[in-house]
Amino acid sequence: MAHSTVGVIFSNVHDENIPELSRHRTMASVPFGGRYRLIDFALSNMVNSGITTVGIVTKNNYQSLIDHLGSGKEWDLARKDGGIILLPPYSDETDKPYTTRLEALMSITGFLNHRKEDYVVISDCDGIAHMDIADIVRFHEEKQADITMVYHEEKIPCESSYFITLEPDKKSGRVKGLKINPADLRKGKKYNLYVNVMVMSREFLIGTIQDAVTRGFSSFGRDILTKNVDTLKIYGYEFKGFYAGVNSMEDYYRHSMELLDRNVRDELFGNRDIYTKVRDSAPSKYLDGAIVRNTLVSDGCVIEGTVENCILFRGVKVGKGSMIRNSVIMQDTVIGENVTLDCVITDKNVVIRDRRTLAGCAELPYFISKGRML
Amino acid sequence: MLRKKECVAMLLAGGQGSRLYALTNNIAKPAVAFGAKYRIIDFPLSNCINSGIDTVGVLTQYEPLELNEYIGNGQPWDLDRAFGGVHILSPYQAKTKQSWFEGTANAIYQNMHFMKKYSPDYILILSGDHIYKMDYAKMLRAHKKTGADCTIAAIEVPLSEASRFGILNTNPDGSIYEFEEKPKVPKSNLASMGIYIFTAEKLYKYLEADDANANSSKDFGKDVLPAMLNAGEKMFSYRFEGYWKDVGTISSLWESNMDLLGREPGFDVGDPAWKIHSRNPLAPPEYIGPTAAIGNSMIALGCEIEGSVEHSVLASNVIVEEGATVRDAVLMAGTVVKRGAVVEYCVVDEKVVIGEGAHVGEPKASGAGIAVLGRNITVAAGAKVRGGVILDKDYKGE
Repeated sequence: MAHSTVGVIFSNVHDENIPELSRHRTMASVPFGGRYRLIDFALSNMVNSGITTVGIVTKNNYQSLIDHLGSGKEWDLARKDGGIILLPPYSDETDKPYTTRLEALMSITGFLNHRKEDYVVISDCDGIAHMDIADIVRFHEEKQADITMVYHEEKIPCESSYFITLEPDKKSGRVKGLKINPADLRKGKKYNLYVNVMVMSREFLIGTIQDAVTRGFSSFGRDILTKNVDTLKIYGYEFKGFYAGVNSMEDYYRHSMELLDRNVRDELFGNRDIYTKVRDSAPSKYLDGAIVRNTLVSDGCVIEGTVENCILFRGVKVGKGSMIRNSVIMQDTVIGENVTLDCVITDKNVVIRDRRTLAGCAELPYFISKGRML
Repeated sequence: MLRKKECVAMLLAGGQGSRLYALTNNIAKPAVAFGAKYRIIDFPLSNCINSGIDTVGVLTQYEPLELNEYIGNGQPWDLDRAFGGVHILSPYQAKTKQSWFEGTANAIYQNMHFMKKYSPDYILILSGDHIYKMDYAKMLRAHKKTGADCTIAAIEVPLSEASRFGILNTNPDGSIYEFEEKPKVPKSNLASMGIYIFTAEKLYKYLEADDANANSSKDFGKDVLPAMLNAGEKMFSYRFEGYWKDVGTISSLWESNMDLLGREPGFDVGDPAWKIHSRNPLAPPEYIGPTAAIGNSMIALGCEIEGSVEHSVLASNVIVEEGATVRDAVLMAGTVVKRGAVVEYCVVDEKVVIGEGAHVGEPKASGAGIAVLGRNITVAAGAKVRGGVILDKDYKGE
């Protein structure tokens, strides 16, 4: 069934969740988990469910994304028919580049019209989860739904971000209520949060887009979902596994640290592959004097100091006498000797010279932007 | 425009590598794992692409399945090309004859049509048995500069070991006046590395002559090179200085793995200026647990380390449970060392399970030698495997 599904990934939506990390890149290409980018999870879910064509909607700063995806061969998506198809913004004398999700969908109707698959799965890149897309499509077919929205029951981590909450019927799954950014959200209380993965038939999606064009709609959420909760067959598919939504820097940090939990790793990485770009780095080296505990280490690292409760990305160097704790250290960061870091996130290519001491806290990790030298 | 390649490389990868015992029961020597994520053949292939040589014929014969699968379309080495790229050349059946490759020279002779397709000026002959980084383009420049018909890469070896090699006796200008295959009393310590550049037309001529010679053993070192020298062809040595290791024995394979370790390693695979390309394992970053203790080691993606690892090389997805000790060991992909087990001074092939409390190998200082465990075997809990022992079946103890 999944062979008859085409994927669409929005690479830029939610960029504003973590502006520090998405200033120079799309949400899709935000690094995560030592050797991945956020899009790797959405793409791998699709590929592992048998999807062979994925359109990737881009808007801003997508050089790093193009560099990451290449021809798509790492995801087995370098295909004669389909594969990865980049869908950059379109504009001419009358049409400006899109500003909303609905306008973005309008701008890719050409792509949708040319495909032959029965279903479309639309996913954003703000969630990290191991999702069986084929099962969601099966659910959609069984329910003969117009729209299937995937939700996850969780406490909301912050009140400021943009959320859609669902009220699905306990028995049938039919969505009876749908609220966009409800005013009464309370931190710490459980909600059925929509996780930005939805399934529709391709035909229904194209029809809906055409209808929206004629009526001059601009918001998918407000003009299509909330207005039609009673008339459309919208179903909620509950995702019960580990789900990490990245709504803020605090979330990003917390979810990174959750990878140190074996159960989380087993769920995300066990029994299946997460595909990503390879760099042909050498395996990591642990030199005499290194002390490494409760840490994920990617390839190409050289460690001579102490590292505890950290995520080390590819090519990180930790010098002698340095003490790195509770930190996320991104690709090619070089940490000199006798440096002390606690609750720090470094972006790519940061250099921290000898004897520096930096610390943040779990709620507000200290962030060092790409290429900075301290 | 004439479609041609200036230089085509031919990589001899058919060897059984019988001195690697259990490690080559089912795979050819060039496919043997090395350095936590590599296989031996990654080194000559990476050298080729880093030297600008993008057309490589790989001659396989012994247990080629895994090697063929590993090379695939050559994409990991950037050798998937519309014209050129890497090609597997297996023995084949022809209208008038059918035969296995009989010797190194015969293997190349049987694939002359492959080389000729690219109208090369030069042919580079390589073997898949060595760990080294070498810029073949420099050697090719030297070959052109001297106007040689054949250039042989050579390295100085200790005189005491020289009788294990093909020895080149050269004039001050580097030209070769004598070639001795494994001499009892070597006159020099300049050893052939088994890397040759031939001017293509000369190679074709001497391979044809060699094929017609019923007394020939069809070997480059024993037959073709001496024949060229006797006929007065211009043959030069090309001095190579740097790391070069034949990993054809268990002890040299172990040593070469250990040469990767340390701040200033004997051999550096992490040099960004000369990347070693390989087919990468699909695995998450390695996890080093709260009870782990790691000293002077190399650890690949996907490992889960909760025990102690000292002076060892661990390939992808190796698991070392809490309370287990790994010391002076080479562990290949997917091997599991259970709680309380001790694994020392040994080479362990892929997907071996070492049971709880088992003890594999003996300390290096004991003189008992390197223990070797073949693929997919299980060492029972509490069992003891002595140093120097080679196992290729499940083991329950003595």
